[in-house]
Amino acid sequence: MTETILRIVIYGLLTGGIYALIAMGLSLQYGVARVLNLAHGEFIMLGALLTYTLYTVFGINPLVSVAISGPLLFIIAFLLHRTLFTSLRTRAPSPAAFEGNSLLVAFGLIFVIQNAATLIWTANTRVYSYLNFGIEFAGTTYTANRIVALAVAIAAALAFYFFVTRSRLGKGIRAAAQDPATAGLMGVNINRVLALCFGLGAFLAGLAGLLLSMYSALNPTIGLNYTIIALIVIVLGGLGSIPGSLIGGFIIGIIGSIVIILGDPSLSVVAYYGIFLVLLLVRPAGIFGKR
Amino acid sequence: MDTTTFTSKRFLLVAGLLLLILILLATVPLYGLPSYYILLLITIIMFTILAVSWAMFSGPTGYMSLAPAAFFGVGIYTTTILYGILATKTLPLLSADAIQPVVNWFLVGAVAAGALVSFTLALLIGLVTLRLKGIYFAIFTFGLVVFISELILFLEIHITGTRGRILILPGTGDLICSTTTVYYIMLGILVATLLTAYFIRRSRLGLAMQSIGGNEEGAAHMGVNTTRVKVLSFAISAAFMGAAGAIMAPRLIYIDPGIAFNLNYSFMPVLMALFGGMGQLYGPIIGAVIFAYTQRTLMTEFPRYYMLTFGIILILVILYLPGGLVGLLPKLRNRLGGPISKLWKGGKAEQHANT
Repeated sequence: MTETILRIVIYGLLTGGIYALIAMGLSLQYGVARVLNLAHGEFIMLGALLTYTLYTVFGINPLVSVAISGPLLFIIAFLLHRTLFTSLRTRAPSPAAFEGNSLLVAFGLIFVIQNAATLIWTANTRVYSYLNFGIEFAGTTYTANRIVALAVAIAAALAFYFFVTRSRLGKGIRAAAQDPATAGLMGVNINRVLALCFGLGAFLAGLAGLLLSMYSALNPTIGLNYTIIALIVIVLGGLGSIPGSLIGGFIIGIIGSIVIILGDPSLSVVAYYGIFLVLLLVRPAGIFGKR
Repeated sequence: MDTTTFTSKRFLLVAGLLLLILILLATVPLYGLPSYYILLLITIIMFTILAVSWAMFSGPTGYMSLAPAAFFGVGIYTTTILYGILATKTLPLLSADAIQPVVNWFLVGAVAAGALVSFTLALLIGLVTLRLKGIYFAIFTFGLVVFISELILFLEIHITGTRGRILILPGTGDLICSTTTVYYIMLGILVATLLTAYFIRRSRLGLAMQSIGGNEEGAAHMGVNTTRVKVLSFAISAAFMGAAGAIMAPRLIYIDPGIAFNLNYSFMPVLMALFGGMGQLYGPIIGAVIFAYTQRTLMTEFPRYYMLTFGIILILVILYLPGGLVGLLPKLRNRLGGPISKLWKGGKAEQHANT
């Protein structure tokens, strides 16, 4: 009994760490740039497939390849924001109109990115093996790559959290999140900060994709499920709250592992949705949301 | 006086034109065209229903529903499950000649059932999400398609023990109805959808929806029960999507959650409605006709690129064509208006001079 509980908790932390990382990226994009990026999972997928190619073709260690895939995804997202979303934002009659339009643009991006990835990598499912040996703990074996993934995810999440709360640029980001117009008057280059946040969100997605790719099967359609998980996590943590996403990620991870270990793996999305539904009925502002 | 005769003349003209198109469409199966054309028309009409019913709710209210595929798929599964019961319980008892009429009438009933199930589902979803800010609604509807399809897959595997179902006549293994039957029922749903969309635009409900899209708090202060209006209109639009799905099931023949809840059924109506423009009723229709046709062509010629192209078109439309094709008309009229009205007035002045 205690062994099962321990197994559920550890397994939940292992997946929860990745979920937290994914959700923080999306939370940054929505909380600051006000783009509910439905294509967030597609950046995760790109990160994962890039890591796959860099490792299997060029022999670059997956953990090192973030130095290539991370900046690449950052630049793609930064430019997407500078071209698409900035012009949408300047032309939108109201913030609500911008949110609606940017949502639809992101919806279109899903199909563009997915199709482009299919052209590059084909629709085949791929796996590669890295750090794929077992580590036994409390009667259960966990693969080393999952533990490394969790460690990297937590380190990245904390580094990111301190960047936003402590650094000068982080202050600019938070100011832009609270009131873009006033932040602009205070000398924050709003368009650049918003594009930066969008790019950073994609960077985090790419890193999460990299970590996922070490232990799961990859193809161009994996992104959608991660987008849905990330959306549920950011609602759970309170829309736009970064610590909320961090904790929400672990909560969803543990709930997922309860369902997978005690129930049926195919029910995990259904269970997440059940939580989402209850949350909307009981506390729509999320656990850490204000109001 | 002058303007009223003008509008009533124009109304008669439009109504006559529509009647003509309807008669043409209704007689298409009699011309002995190759079945390819009937199938193409079925696809076009199906997408028109989806695009018009999507625009019916999301256009005026500004609430972006990303779940047409969910209601469409629910319609497909309603027919499929009901037919499964019919095929095992009733059809074996009937004589060979009686089967086809029974199945045809069953399909009419299944369309009503599909509409009802989708309506009820949308009502429940709306009650949970539509009292909140619009962003929660968008998030919820986005995941809904995956949620329902995973749930049905789970239930199918663990309870009925199948992954997919096949819609054929027991014994002979033929299609359960002719293409013509599907065509006429689909056409009937289209007429119902267009009439509903037309009358909603002119009703109190339509005005209330527009006021919500304009300024929701303002609408609430003016005495509009915003939640009720949103939930009701969302459910009405979902009913037509469910009906279209219900009659599409016999065409698909093999049905599994991946086919019934394909995300393209969410994407295409959004693209069509935005491209055509939601300011006028005919906007989504134009968009649906254009894209249903191009999809059919591109799917066979460039199957690997067409969704890439459509995705880019959607983004470009949002960026550079906010009102869609329909929104372009007043701009064109403004630009060309000067010379044209001069010509027109000039002609009129000459007439006056002559008489």
